[in-house]
Amino acid sequence: MSGLAVSATINGDEVEYLCQAEETLLDVLRNRLGLTGAKEGCGTGDCGACSVVLDGKLVCSCLVLGAEVQGATVETIEGMAKGDTLHPLQTKFLEHAALQCGICTPGFLMAAKALLDANPDPTEEEIRFGLAGNLCRCTGYDKIVRAVQAAALEINGG
Amino acid sequence: MRFDATYQDRTYKSVGTRPVRPDGVDKVTGRARYGADFNMPGQLVGRILRSPHAHARIGSIDTARAEALKGVKAVVTADDLPDLSNGDQAHHDLLDNCMARSTAFYDGHAVAAVAAVDARTARQALKLIEVSYEVLPHVVDVDEAMLPSAPVLHDTIFTDGVDPRPTTSSNVAARSEFGHGDVDAGLAAADVIVERSFKTEQTHQGYIEPHACVASVNSDGTAELWVCTQGHFVYRQKCADLLGMDVSKLRVTSSEIGGGFGGKTHVWMEPVALALSRKAGRPVKLVMSREEVFRASGPTSATSIDVIIGARHDGTITAASAELRYSCGPYAELWAELGAMTSFACYDLQNVKTVGYEVLVNRPKTAAYRAPSAPMAAFAVESVVDELAQKLGMDPIAFRIKNAAREGTRSSYGPVYGPIGIRPTLDAAQAHPHMHAPLGPNKGRGMACGFWFNFGGQTCTDLNVNADGTVTLAVGTVDVGGSRASLSLVAAEELGIPYEHVRAVVADTATLGYNDMTDGSRGTFSSSMATISASRNAIEVMRSRAAMMWDIPVEEVIWEDGHAKAIGASYGNLAPLSVREIAEASGKTGGPIAGHSEMVADGAGVSFATHICDVEVDPETGSTRILRYTVIQDAGKAVHPDYVEGQYQGGAAQGIGWALNEEYVYGADGRLQNPGFLDYRIPVCSDLPMIDTQILEIPNPSHPYGVRGVGETSIVPPLAAIANAVSNAVGVRMTHIPMSPPRILAALDARTKG
Amino acid sequence: MYYERPETLQDASRLLAETKGTAYILAGGTDLLVRAKSDHFEADLMVDIKSIAELRTVHHTAEGFAIGAAVSCADLGRHAALKAAWPGVVEAANLIGSAQIQSRCTIAGNLCNASPAADSVPAMVAAGARAIIAGPAGMRTVPVEAVPVAPGKTSLGQGEIVATIEIDNRPPRSGDAYLRFIPRTEMDIAVVGAGVSLTLDETGTIQSARVALGAVAPTVMLVAEAADAILGTRLEYAALERLAEACSAACRPINDKRGTVEFRKKVAGVLARRAARIAYDRSRGA
Repeated sequence: MSGLAVSATINGDEVEYLCQAEETLLDVLRNRLGLTGAKEGCGTGDCGACSVVLDGKLVCSCLVLGAEVQGATVETIEGMAKGDTLHPLQTKFLEHAALQCGICTPGFLMAAKALLDANPDPTEEEIRFGLAGNLCRCTGYDKIVRAVQAAALEINGG
Repeated sequence: MRFDATYQDRTYKSVGTRPVRPDGVDKVTGRARYGADFNMPGQLVGRILRSPHAHARIGSIDTARAEALKGVKAVVTADDLPDLSNGDQAHHDLLDNCMARSTAFYDGHAVAAVAAVDARTARQALKLIEVSYEVLPHVVDVDEAMLPSAPVLHDTIFTDGVDPRPTTSSNVAARSEFGHGDVDAGLAAADVIVERSFKTEQTHQGYIEPHACVASVNSDGTAELWVCTQGHFVYRQKCADLLGMDVSKLRVTSSEIGGGFGGKTHVWMEPVALALSRKAGRPVKLVMSREEVFRASGPTSATSIDVIIGARHDGTITAASAELRYSCGPYAELWAELGAMTSFACYDLQNVKTVGYEVLVNRPKTAAYRAPSAPMAAFAVESVVDELAQKLGMDPIAFRIKNAAREGTRSSYGPVYGPIGIRPTLDAAQAHPHMHAPLGPNKGRGMACGFWFNFGGQTCTDLNVNADGTVTLAVGTVDVGGSRASLSLVAAEELGIPYEHVRAVVADTATLGYNDMTDGSRGTFSSSMATISASRNAIEVMRSRAAMMWDIPVEEVIWEDGHAKAIGASYGNLAPLSVREIAEASGKTGGPIAGHSEMVADGAGVSFATHICDVEVDPETGSTRILRYTVIQDAGKAVHPDYVEGQYQGGAAQGIGWALNEEYVYGADGRLQNPGFLDYRIPVCSDLPMIDTQILEIPNPSHPYGVRGVGETSIVPPLAAIANAVSNAVGVRMTHIPMSPPRILAALDARTKG
Repeated sequence: MYYERPETLQDASRLLAETKGTAYILAGGTDLLVRAKSDHFEADLMVDIKSIAELRTVHHTAEGFAIGAAVSCADLGRHAALKAAWPGVVEAANLIGSAQIQSRCTIAGNLCNASPAADSVPAMVAAGARAIIAGPAGMRTVPVEAVPVAPGKTSLGQGEIVATIEIDNRPPRSGDAYLRFIPRTEMDIAVVGAGVSLTLDETGTIQSARVALGAVAPTVMLVAEAADAILGTRLEYAALERLAEACSAACRPINDKRGTVEFRKKVAGVLARRAARIAYDRSRGA
């Protein structure tokens, strides 16, 4: 069986790759494109560590086939900062110590960005339910929620 | 120079501030490299074949068809990992756990492994390995495993610690006992006695990063291992031992680690990766799936505990006793012993006795999980303490204060305490607004105390002063949650330079001396002590270089505010020399400037915490919501308060999951039913409230800054605090963790039916 | 394995019908791609239906709603008219998984995965939804409850695809609701689910009712006795108690890792009672 040829736009760059039919987008990002920022914590869509934005929608890249991405746009954690300017969420995660081990952080940042893009001024409850698809085992979520609140405030010019 | 670790009161410039961590930007941009994020040229994909049976004799393993598959480069079985243990039982058990020899002892036990050119081929190859099993009777429940009728895992196990030695083998590997005084006499003197039995189910650390490594063995016998671990020096030693390698020939690099909590203190599949690489002659990457993590890494013990405590009407505890039965998986360890040691450590008791039984079952080998064994013992003891307070009509905090251990108390496990923080945490709890907030219907409040020993251990650190006056700090304790920031603060404090001038890195095993693992809450305690020592040694070097630059006796040079200063009236016109000025001149004054430290960090102060929790229970469904949670814990000295708070909050959150929902569920066939994050339910963001923290600082007399470990104690009180809260909310004493909705509803129904 | 992405229903049906091996329909993939991780899973073909234009939209006509099989649950949640008419169905669809899962999962997939615990199915059954099935022999329509026949098994023949879910428009004074029980607040599979759909007369008396339960039997159950218990009532206390009893009695659950028989029976009644209350309030426009 030969590989499938796929072309897509990833973090603004036009990318072409070959993948096997059963390979997931996460496999492709990590193993074929060297984009290891998305992590595989479970492979079953339960932890959110592999979160990316596919055609504007937040998805678990472990539950998308690499072949499905033909013609699509993908945004990953590697594209979140603009040059050396961090996104406010990245800055606030650092300032609020919203990470301990950091393995869940790329997924949380992608999910938090999708949340704020859709709802710029969320309540604490909306943040907590909006991020329920991302597991963190280190922090108890407290500092993550505070960092998202602080980032929302900053983005909204507060 | 001799290092004086005695605590000295001082004011701090850097320690106690909250700067951004040095590894932070890498972690928010996806650049940080974890276990599975590393690759080597020519790397193969490894996979492990695991037993589907809870207990089975392995007849034969036919690997011929797998080996013949195109793209398969190596297949290994126990034959490729010969037993070099030479009578060392622990070594043998470790090897047996990495690759089953004659018997598979649990669902998920490794029986063979392959290395192939890609994941698809490796998957196919696993299916071509033919294993013939003779399925044996199994036992997974800790109490059932102790019955005379239970299938015995090893006919070589005769309970240790029992005199005379039993004549028949059993699953009870060892008995341990602690305490002092006369419990029977103490109970006879009691006015009120509460006696109860408890059970806790097996839980997993639940780190988000599955185990992952890349192993590369060369034809000359040298090897490299890239791995996510809590202790790369320990992994090096274990892998070298198991594979018969010289320690010097194996270089282990710890990747960034995506959580461990004790689960990454043992080798699991790393020796297998090395064996595959040795056989294939190519690097091999081996990454566990989440299912493998649950089935075949090291969860904590399931337990069964009996507690009896008696007290007089005035609230004085007259006697306390506990019997603790802890599951160990298939190999003998000391988990019940730790439970027995910690059970009553919070209290000042005249008559106390604890007995622990290590029980072998057909479950994965138990590993440490954050303050291992203490949360379950605290659940049982603090539940009875709470009930006793109620029966005495006393406030639960006042009752605990009356019986709290203090400086000079002989602990239930032996040692006499120095200055400790149990009383201050209770005082703080009593004064906390949380304890006095009103509660509505179906709501309950609980509180509980917890204890952990903390640990120090072997530590080696290098501090190099660079030519521009900045500092590179090389430590050998893995950073699991911000310790590079804390250690940079300590070096900055000691040297008197800005935090930004210090860069802490975790060195690999070839570039630094041995370090114990990041466990026992030792990371910041021991490495900060070593960093202080290394800094002071570097200061000595810089003083001598300054003396040389000034051409004055070194005794006339002091170190102050990050500068060498000449003392005495005759040198009054010498401007102080900064680290940078001294470093810039180092090429002419004797070469590079460095401070080293090698030590056994003694005196890790014991740690105490008190937690308060409010819950709401839906009486129709048994569903529990955590409404409010407060952690009060002694940190000795909080070096980086953000990360101290983070440890408090993280421990509490793990405890909440354990208390309410997390458990290993086995089917009648002995297979794990929920090896995934869907049905092994760790708390999600919407399950939790903000977790309030209060850091107390009762200095540890054996650390220059008074630091105590903080990482583990925070998981000790939650099971009990939440159980007390739920029990208070529903009016039924909950004795089985997790208090899942079906268990709560069943308890409510039982009460209704009377 | 082969991956195909046809652009018409006919092509999709043909691919599925002609394959000799094991073939799967890939819509959101949030169940299928999880199953595909298992070493026991083997597929020869996956047919991705997301490029079939007609399956990607929700049509609202004078008769009702036609929901394409490739419409994500997140998109259903953004469909104002559907949400206004069938809030219970939309809420059920939006309960499935996380934001990440919502971006991909579909109610047709939820139905065809044939899990007894599927969240959207009791709500669809209560709503009287129909599945439009395209196949080699043309189109056929069945009530949604006829699609799953056992855990993991459907009544679909080879080459057949659930193309559309149809739900009628609402008469006045109607409302529906779905509630599920999960141990956590998110991310779990329902231990019990209850969907209720009601229509009232001018006096507030229940004129028609449908009650469906999930995760208490091998397939989602339509519980006629439960509906009968509240017909002709204004959902007074006694009616609610009869409803709960009828639901508990109808359950045929099992003990498993998610709950016990006793728990499921009791909670089925509790949830049905609570869902009925919400549906009743919605019917009255409260």
